[in-house]
Amino acid sequence: MDNHMGMQHGYDPGTEVTKGLKMARKILTEFDYGKVSKRSDGKTLREFEIVSYETEIEIARGVKFPGWTFNGTIPGPTLRCTEGDIISVKFTNGASHPHSIHFHGIHPTNMDGLDPIMPGQSFTYEFEAKPHGMQVYHCHVFPLARHIHKGLYGNLIIDPKKPRAKAKEFNMVMNGFDLDLDGENEVYAVNGYAFAYQQEPIKVKVGELVRIYLSNFTEFDLINSFHLHANYFHYYATGSDPEARPQYTDTIMQCQGERGILEITFPAPGRYMFHAHQSEFAELGWMGFFLAE
Amino acid sequence: MAQIQTNANYQPKDSKLKWIGFGLIPIILLICIVTLIALFGTGIKNESVAPIEILNVEKITITDAGFEVKIFNSGPEQIEIAQVLVDDSFWNASFDPASSLDRFENATVYIPYPWVEGDPHEIKFITTNGLLFTGEVEVATKTPVLTTNVFLQYALIGFYVGIVPVSLGMLWYPFMRRFSTRGIHAVLAFTVGLLFFLVIDTVEEGFEIAAEVPGVFQGSGLVWFGLVLSFLFLIAVDQANQRKTNPHIDSGKRVSYKLATGIGLHNLGEGLAIGAAFAVGEAALGTFLVIGFTLHNITEGVGIAAPLLRERPTFKTFVSLVAVAGTPAILGTWIGGFIFNPTLSALFFGIGAGAILQVIFVICKMIWKESQSNKYPLVSWLNFSGLTLGILLMYVTAFLVKF
Ligand SMILES: [Cu+2]
Repeated sequence: MDNHMGMQHGYDPGTEVTKGLKMARKILTEFDYGKVSKRSDGKTLREFEIVSYETEIEIARGVKFPGWTFNGTIPGPTLRCTEGDIISVKFTNGASHPHSIHFHGIHPTNMDGLDPIMPGQSFTYEFEAKPHGMQVYHCHVFPLARHIHKGLYGNLIIDPKKPRAKAKEFNMVMNGFDLDLDGENEVYAVNGYAFAYQQEPIKVKVGELVRIYLSNFTEFDLINSFHLHANYFHYYATGSDPEARPQYTDTIMQCQGERGILEITFPAPGRYMFHAHQSEFAELGWMGFFLAE
Repeated sequence: MAQIQTNANYQPKDSKLKWIGFGLIPIILLICIVTLIALFGTGIKNESVAPIEILNVEKITITDAGFEVKIFNSGPEQIEIAQVLVDDSFWNASFDPASSLDRFENATVYIPYPWVEGDPHEIKFITTNGLLFTGEVEVATKTPVLTTNVFLQYALIGFYVGIVPVSLGMLWYPFMRRFSTRGIHAVLAFTVGLLFFLVIDTVEEGFEIAAEVPGVFQGSGLVWFGLVLSFLFLIAVDQANQRKTNPHIDSGKRVSYKLATGIGLHNLGEGLAIGAAFAVGEAALGTFLVIGFTLHNITEGVGIAAPLLRERPTFKTFVSLVAVAGTPAILGTWIGGFIFNPTLSALFFGIGAGAILQVIFVICKMIWKESQSNKYPLVSWLNFSGLTLGILLMYVTAFLVKF
């Protein structure tokens, strides 16, 4: 009767380098700085192009999801600039539903992305990037839960004028996928692919400063969380307040749309697990490893 | 009408070949039309928006190593299973023969999972198209393996449920023998009441099981077809027999055998329910079913004995009647416990219901004919009371099963 109790670990994501894994890898390390130019007033102009369209995304090995994407990935591209830059995002709606981009941050209300952009139409959002820290962007067309859950979101990083300390940087968006449209997620992930960084641990160096830009776009669940094993990190909520004392902890939680910056140093070589501390989310895909060498 | 008759008698003089040709023309035209529709469609755009996939979880066997899940693709397209979740957790699984199932193909999924005795578990399959199919384990316990011991235990359960109560019921026979014709009619009406309840009950059980039948096999249809066809088949057999033997009235013994057969089929269904309950680990439910059915079935013995009241049956007749009515319970327990299959069970329940219905028909005819020849009213208060009492008694004892 009891020999079934001592069973090995329940899920092995395998070694196959799938389309979904490639997407998760790309989002982890790719930052889009835009097309940079100087304006006559001396300000830096960063031009971005974002197209929305319907794309099939692989969200776990072999599982396809009919996503709505910005530039073909879930989450969309990580836009990056420096405080005071003028950012200009030309948004083209190549999908069959109206969409928009609503940016978090301080900007004129007519650039807030509340007006739907019709299929085939374009609109350019232009504003000065502030405050520094971590912002997010997402579609703001109703019904909101549907438009966001389908995949129309991403991170916007505004670096302070005085650069942060040099670090190995990663971008992470916590997300979930509701496959049967019952208002509950069946798959949880970071950067759109379940168990991506368990299958392929994120390589870091012992003693090196690691900085993670983390946001939560999990729809249907109130909060999501980040827990690191065998180590602690500093957490800067939104990273916008230079006076704020960071939290020194191994677990933080974020409500939907909340975000922050984690700074970690790994003290010794080894495999450091990280995952949502909601066990259910972890076992449904939100689980990974840092490999410190 | 007259014209048709003339035509039917009209024998054309020309070749037989031409005659066959006339028969073939509609068939050829039909083939043409079907081919056209298949090639060019109906003109209505009918591309499905979402992928159509239907995966049936047919049986979950629980072993020391985890779950063995039998799945069946009853949808129109091939299905590829990408991931398996157990209790909201991704889990390793291996497939025999493969994780991809062609139309109407079966596969067994082996999931090494540390299940917990007595807990419910949920197994989800995610296909490559992101569709979910779920199988439930209501109460986890190791699935009984087909051993001689379990085989005998199941036989014993079937014995308790089928043979014992029917025999006990028949022990009322000497008591009932002292009844007058009117009294006998009341007892027969009482039997009709019992059987009426059983028909309803059997059909309902059939529909319940039909809900688990893969869509393509039309579970509830099977119950209806089984019912109508078995009813008509038994009547046809009856009529054929009557023409050969006594043309007027059925002998009581024959009615008793029919009763025993119908009730036997019903008891097969009860056995199925009990066996299936034990097989899926619901031992408590199984035990309740055993107690309930046992009490319930005592009345069946009374019913079977009723038509014999004016005859001189031998002990052998009683024994064989008990065997006919009771042993199918043993058979049912085995089938339910070891090879439970909802599709076949739905059909069995339908057949059982049809058989009981035919018995009702026979007994009613018997009461009617005797009442006519004796100038009694058919629905006398006595008969009505008997019928009501029959239904009521079944209803009350059924609480023990459904409770
Ligand atoms: Cu939208």
